[in-house]
Amino acid sequence: MANKTNPSLPLEYQSEQGKLNILGFWVFIGAEIILFATLFAVYGVLGVRHAGGPTQADIFVIKEVVIQTLLLLTSSFTAGIVMWELRRNNQKGINIWLVITLLLGAGFLIMEINEFQHYYELGATLQTSAAMSSLFTLLGTHGAHVTVGIGWGLLLILQLSKHKLTPKTASKLHIFTLYWHFLDVVWIFIFTYVYLAGVL
Amino acid sequence: MDIKWDKILVTGEPMILASQIAIVLTLLGVILGITYLKKWKYLWTEWFTTVDHKRIGIMYIILAVLMFFRGGVDGLMMRTQTAVANNTFLDAQHYNEVFTTHGVIMILFMAMPILMGIINIILPLQIGARDVAFPHLNAMSFWITFAGAMLFNLSFVVGGSPDAGWTSYFPLAGKEFSPGIGNNYYMVGIQIAGIGTLMSGINFIITIFKMRTKGMSLFKMPMFPWTVLVMSLIIIIAFPIFTVALLLGTLDRIYGTHFFTVAGGGLDMLWANLFWLWGHPEVYIVILPAFGIYSEIIPTFSKKTLFGYKSMVWAVVIISCLSMLVWVHHFYTMGVGPVVNSIFSITTMAISVPTGIKMFNWLFTMRKGRIEFAPPMMWSLAFIPTFLIGGVTGVMLAMAAADFQYHNTMFLVAHFHYTLIPGVVYAVFAAIYYWWPKVWGFKLNERIAKWHFWLFNIGMNLTFFPMFFAGLDGAVRRSYTYSADASFAPWMFVSFIGALFLAAGFASFVWNLVWSIKNRKDLAVSHDPWNARTLEWATASPVPAYNFAVQPEVDRLDPFWHMKKSKEGLTLKKEDIKPIHMPSNSGMPFVMGIIFMITGFLFVFELTIPAFIGVAGIFACMIYRALDYNDGYHISTEEIIQTERTWREVK
Repeated sequence: MANKTNPSLPLEYQSEQGKLNILGFWVFIGAEIILFATLFAVYGVLGVRHAGGPTQADIFVIKEVVIQTLLLLTSSFTAGIVMWELRRNNQKGINIWLVITLLLGAGFLIMEINEFQHYYELGATLQTSAAMSSLFTLLGTHGAHVTVGIGWGLLLILQLSKHKLTPKTASKLHIFTLYWHFLDVVWIFIFTYVYLAGVL
Repeated sequence: MDIKWDKILVTGEPMILASQIAIVLTLLGVILGITYLKKWKYLWTEWFTTVDHKRIGIMYIILAVLMFFRGGVDGLMMRTQTAVANNTFLDAQHYNEVFTTHGVIMILFMAMPILMGIINIILPLQIGARDVAFPHLNAMSFWITFAGAMLFNLSFVVGGSPDAGWTSYFPLAGKEFSPGIGNNYYMVGIQIAGIGTLMSGINFIITIFKMRTKGMSLFKMPMFPWTVLVMSLIIIIAFPIFTVALLLGTLDRIYGTHFFTVAGGGLDMLWANLFWLWGHPEVYIVILPAFGIYSEIIPTFSKKTLFGYKSMVWAVVIISCLSMLVWVHHFYTMGVGPVVNSIFSITTMAISVPTGIKMFNWLFTMRKGRIEFAPPMMWSLAFIPTFLIGGVTGVMLAMAAADFQYHNTMFLVAHFHYTLIPGVVYAVFAAIYYWWPKVWGFKLNERIAKWHFWLFNIGMNLTFFPMFFAGLDGAVRRSYTYSADASFAPWMFVSFIGALFLAAGFASFVWNLVWSIKNRKDLAVSHDPWNARTLEWATASPVPAYNFAVQPEVDRLDPFWHMKKSKEGLTLKKEDIKPIHMPSNSGMPFVMGIIFMITGFLFVFELTIPAFIGVAGIFACMIYRALDYNDGYHISTEEIIQTERTWREVK
């Protein structure tokens, strides 16, 4: 049952377990949406309660955030190319674009760490006020997801080199790109709802 | 932060000292016993590493029964303390701890695991599947839940129990007013168990959508899988909210953030809102599968098909939608004003409509049926009037204006025990009596079952009915004592007597298990002892590892009933049997559970750096799993034929 193959389908859908895993991950993303929605709601309620401390407009450097956004959006595009290379059965192409995706993600992460350090120097920390607590928690949760994603991607490169392209590795790749696109979608909301709304 | 390390072990309390000694002795006894009987290898290969949904289900139920005992002792202690005025059996602090752990354990570590256990065993069988969609993930769910439960239970001997109520409202639960580490256990222990629950929810959804046997469309699925599907959807929507709430609570307590604090711009009522956004759907998470259990048992023992199947399905779906829209009724007194309160009042009362539909459907199922008073049916029959009392008082509480009178009184306590005990506990007992023969191949003793039934029912009503009057007379909940001239004092004493009956009922249940296991040879039954209707009875008892030699084909509701009527599809032909693929056992879920427990413990004691090493350990487990390309094994046709021949003919 687990290894029935149907060659007319894309590689990642050729095994029963691969199909189940992909659908299961969609449901997991549903849970993640609720998780981030709750964090956004908390930020929506607490984001204006500065308790005399710095406000978002005091600390945000919008130019940096735009670069961060471009890095992450581009990485989502390159993750799309990974899937395209998977359809072409081109393992070398997959590896190259996967590495580019992860590098862009790492660039985003480094910029976010610098950003946090900058806020810290301005006296805005996790403990400053309810607004800052909710801001850092929302951004931090997203950042932690990106960190996990980078580790996951590296692990996939390792598995690909060992097991080549099979229905199993293909479904793993598919799931990874779903995750990566999801992080990008969350970031679009953070960019508009947190950063743009914060400096306007 | 400022933990008093020399006062970590709870001391100076004779009862806790006694339980500390008892825990050490029991643990030693169990370890020595297993070593003496040379059962370690058996336990490890057959149980700790299993990915078989039936065995995982059994382990869930064992965990839950142990937790039932713990939570029950907590309840008994509370009733003892409040039996008479100015009692000194427990002091205020100890009483706070006991009602907190009673609530958390009964909801999260008794009701949830026991239902997860029953679902695990029965769901794949009822939809004719060989296992759940993700057997390995299923084992992880169990061991993570187990880790959360053990961590939470550790609190009363190491570090002190949480003491801010099962709702753990801030600012009381915050560092400022609860400086000890007890409430860290609440935040971390439940978080861990919640991860396990979320994964189970995903697993069941995919199992139901993708693993149904040939011909079983969604509307040909029995009622129990339907309720599991809706429950799982609620889990996906509600549990992440609690995950966030617990995360923020942990940050507040350990890392000094200001989400729910009074200073720094925090909002304490934000916790209450987040908590009940999860907490109310949670009530339906535990009660919907219980409704599903009744919908299986009542038709079987009435010898009729379920009345109004489609309306049952839609009622469950509507209940699940409304369950998300009522959370404010837990704090009408917050003061959001009459408009908001009225809206939530209406949504709350609206829930009684689909629930009423279900009640009438059960009654009409029994109408003109040939009712057989077997133990599972007795519990189902007792459920209907008892739950009705809970439902009707629920409508009373739903009225916002009136609720200001009932708020935080024993009236409320009586109400929710009248919903949750018949709604969940009765269903669980019914399910255990009903499906026990399927799992073990023998029935439980009916005479002891009757003792269990009557003691527990009398106890339930004697304990909780007086609380309605006590509450109306002004008894507040969570108060450890009251003055001698309080008019409700006699009600409290009656309630204590009732609690003794409940304890006796639980004891006879355990006695029944012990007695029946000892005399299992005399109680052995065939694969279909109740003349039942659904697919789980179409295979051997105990169920073989592969569930069905050939997955049955279905074209209507109650498929097994019609197979028996038409005598079709019951015999097994040799040429239909093919080798069956099975997943391999794995020790990883168990190891991961242990690492979760240790990591949680380090977080509880606010040791951030070691705790993050623990988190790295959890990721190491996940990496190990990702690199594990073991594809399982096959059971050969010869072996299947051999197994099947032990209970039926194979042509």
